[in-house]
Amino acid sequence: MAELTYRDAVAAAIAQEMARDPSVVFLGEDIAAAGGVFKATVGLLDRFGPTRVRDTPISEQALIGAAMGAAMTGLKPIAEIMFSDFLAVCWDIIANQIAKTRYMTNGQVTMPLVIRTANGAGSRFGAQHSQSLENWAMTVPGLKVVAPATPADVVGLMAAAVRDPDPVLFFEHKSLYATKGPVPEGEWVDQLGKAKVLRIGDDVTIVALAAMVPKALAAADRLAEQHGVTATVVDVRSLVPLDTQTILREVARTGRLVTVEENPRLCGWGAEIASIASQELFYDLDGPILRVTTPHVPLPAADNLEDHVIPSVERIVREVLQAYD
Amino acid sequence: MNTKHSRMASPPDVPIDPATRLALYRKMMEVRALEKRAYDLFLQNLIKGTSHLALGQEAIAAAFGVAMREDDYTFCTYRGHAHTLVRGASMTGVLGELMGRECGLMAGKGGSMHLTSVPHGAMGSYAIVGAHLPIAAGAAWSAQYRGTEQAAVCFFGDGTTNIGAFHEALNFAAVWKLPVVFVCENNLYMEYTPIGAVTAVEHPAADRASAYGLEPLIVDGNDVEAMFKVAQTTLARARAGQGPSLIEAKTYRHSGHSRADPAKYRPAEEVAAWMRRDPIKLYREKLLQQGVEEAAISKIEASVAAEVDQATEAAKASSVPEESIAMTEVWANGDWSWRN
Repeated sequence: MAELTYRDAVAAAIAQEMARDPSVVFLGEDIAAAGGVFKATVGLLDRFGPTRVRDTPISEQALIGAAMGAAMTGLKPIAEIMFSDFLAVCWDIIANQIAKTRYMTNGQVTMPLVIRTANGAGSRFGAQHSQSLENWAMTVPGLKVVAPATPADVVGLMAAAVRDPDPVLFFEHKSLYATKGPVPEGEWVDQLGKAKVLRIGDDVTIVALAAMVPKALAAADRLAEQHGVTATVVDVRSLVPLDTQTILREVARTGRLVTVEENPRLCGWGAEIASIASQELFYDLDGPILRVTTPHVPLPAADNLEDHVIPSVERIVREVLQAYD
Repeated sequence: MNTKHSRMASPPDVPIDPATRLALYRKMMEVRALEKRAYDLFLQNLIKGTSHLALGQEAIAAAFGVAMREDDYTFCTYRGHAHTLVRGASMTGVLGELMGRECGLMAGKGGSMHLTSVPHGAMGSYAIVGAHLPIAAGAAWSAQYRGTEQAAVCFFGDGTTNIGAFHEALNFAAVWKLPVVFVCENNLYMEYTPIGAVTAVEHPAADRASAYGLEPLIVDGNDVEAMFKVAQTTLARARAGQGPSLIEAKTYRHSGHSRADPAKYRPAEEVAAWMRRDPIKLYREKLLQQGVEEAAISKIEASVAAEVDQATEAAKASSVPEESIAMTEVWANGDWSWRN
C-alpha cells in the first residue's frame, strides 16, 4: 500500500487511466499548465503532453459540450468543472444533452465521459463555491454519480468511472484533498454502485457520503465511548447506481437508520434512502429514520457560521441520541 | 440582401459537374417532399407533438449533404428533418419517427426534434438552442485528435447567435483550430420576432465572426450552387487543419416557426418576394437554362414523389413501439435500473 493524499490520488488515478488507454483525454480550466487550482492534476501535462491534457477558456458550456462531442465519437474524456457550483453554468449540456442522448436515440450514442468537480464546504468560500450538489445530478435519469471519501476510493472509483460506458459525475470533496490514506499498489480499479461498510455496530446504521464519512466515523466512536451506543457506518460512495442491498441489510440488522448529508435539507440523497427503507423495511425499524443535513439555507462564509450549519460530529451524536428519546 | 459590411464568400470558380447538379436538385426535392408530407400527416393527426419544417430552406441542407464526406458529422437543431435526411437516413425512418412508429430512426423515443442517425453521421438534432455548437466542436476535436480529417458541420438558426453557447463554442473552436463548419441559417426570424429587432448587429452571425478571428462569410442560402461552393471551401479548410468557419446563409422559411405558428407577423410583400426566390424554383429554372433536359428533372421529381409515398405507406403500416422500450437504453448495458 502506498500512502497518498486525496489530492495526489486524483492525478494518480487520471494518470493510471491515460497510460492505459490513448482515447482518454483530459480538459478543463487551469488543469494543464497550472496543475489545477487545487493542485490535484499536477504533472499530467508533462507526462501526457498538450494534445491529451488541455487547458480551456472559462467556458463551461464549451468544455462540457466538447467532452460530450468527443465521447460520442470515440474518445473517453475527463472534464473538470473547477467548483461544482459552476455545474449550474453548463447544466443544460449535462442534464439535457449528456444524460438523455443515449435514451432519445434508442442506444445509437454511447457517452463514456467523466465530469470531475470539487464539491462541498469547509473552505469558507461562501455560498457560490461551497455547495454539495451531488443530489442535483442524482435527480437526472441517465447520469451516474460518485463521491469518494478516501484516496483509495478516488483512484478505484475514478478508474471505474473512466472505464464505464456511461456518463459519470465524480464529486471530489474540497475539505478532503489534504487527507491521507493507503492506496493499493499497481493498477487499482473499484466498482461503481457498491457501498462500503466501514464499521460494525448493533444499535444504529449511520449512512454517510464524502466528507461526512470521517465525521460519521468520529461520531460512532464517541457514541460507543460516551453513550454505549454502537453504530454501523456505511459509506454510500455511489449514489447512482445505489447499493440499496448493502444499506438495507445493515439497517435491517440494527433496526435504525440515520443519514448524514452535507446538502441542504430538501430532496437530499438521504431522503431517497429513507423512503426506500421505510417502504421496504417498515417492520424491521425500531424508531423513526433521521436525517442529519445542512439546514435549508445558502452557505455562509464566516468560520463559525459555516461550522454552525454543516453537520458536525457533535450534531451527529446529538441527533442520533434523540432517536432514543 | 445588404452585404455592405461583409464580404460575400468567394468560392473558386470551378464549374459544378452535371451529376452533382442533379444530385443537388434531387436532395432539395427530397427535403421538400418530406417536409410537405410531414405537414400533411400533421393535419391528419398522424404526427403529434410539434414539428419545425425547413420548407424554403432546402438549399442549405442539400448543398452540405452533397458536399460532405460520408464519415463527416452533422449536428443540427429541432428544425433538423432536412439535415438528417440529406445524410442518407431513410424517409421511412424519418416519417416513422415523426409518427411514433417502430420503424422510426429511434423507434419513437426521440421524436421530431431529436432525429439522429449515427450510421449516416447525423449525430443528432438538438432542441435546446445553442447546445449543439460546443458538442459539434467536441466531435471536431475528436477528429483532430484521431487524425482522421473528418469535419463536423453544425447548423443553427439566427436566434442562436444571441445565446452564450454560440460565443463560447466559436472562441473554443477558433483557439483549438478545430475542423468544424458553423452554418447559421438566417431566416430573418428568431421564432416569432424579427432577428433585427433583438440583435445589435445587422448580420447576426457574420458580424460576430471577427470577434473570433474568423472571416465573415455571407451566402445566398437560396442559391444551392453558391451554398455548395462555400461548403466545399469550408470543409476543405477544416480538413487542412486551418480551423473553423462561420457561414451566414440568408434564407426564409415558407411556413411558421413550428406547427403552432401561422406566421402572421410577416409582411405579405416580404413573404411574396421570398416565395419568388424559392430555392427549388430558382434552381429548376437555372438547370433548364444550362441545357439540362426537362425529362431528367421530371424523372427526379417523379422518383422523389414515389419515394415519399412509399415511405408514408411503410411508416403507416409500421406498428407502434413496444411499451417495454420506454424502459431501455438509459445505460449502455441497455438497462434503466439505478439500484440493486
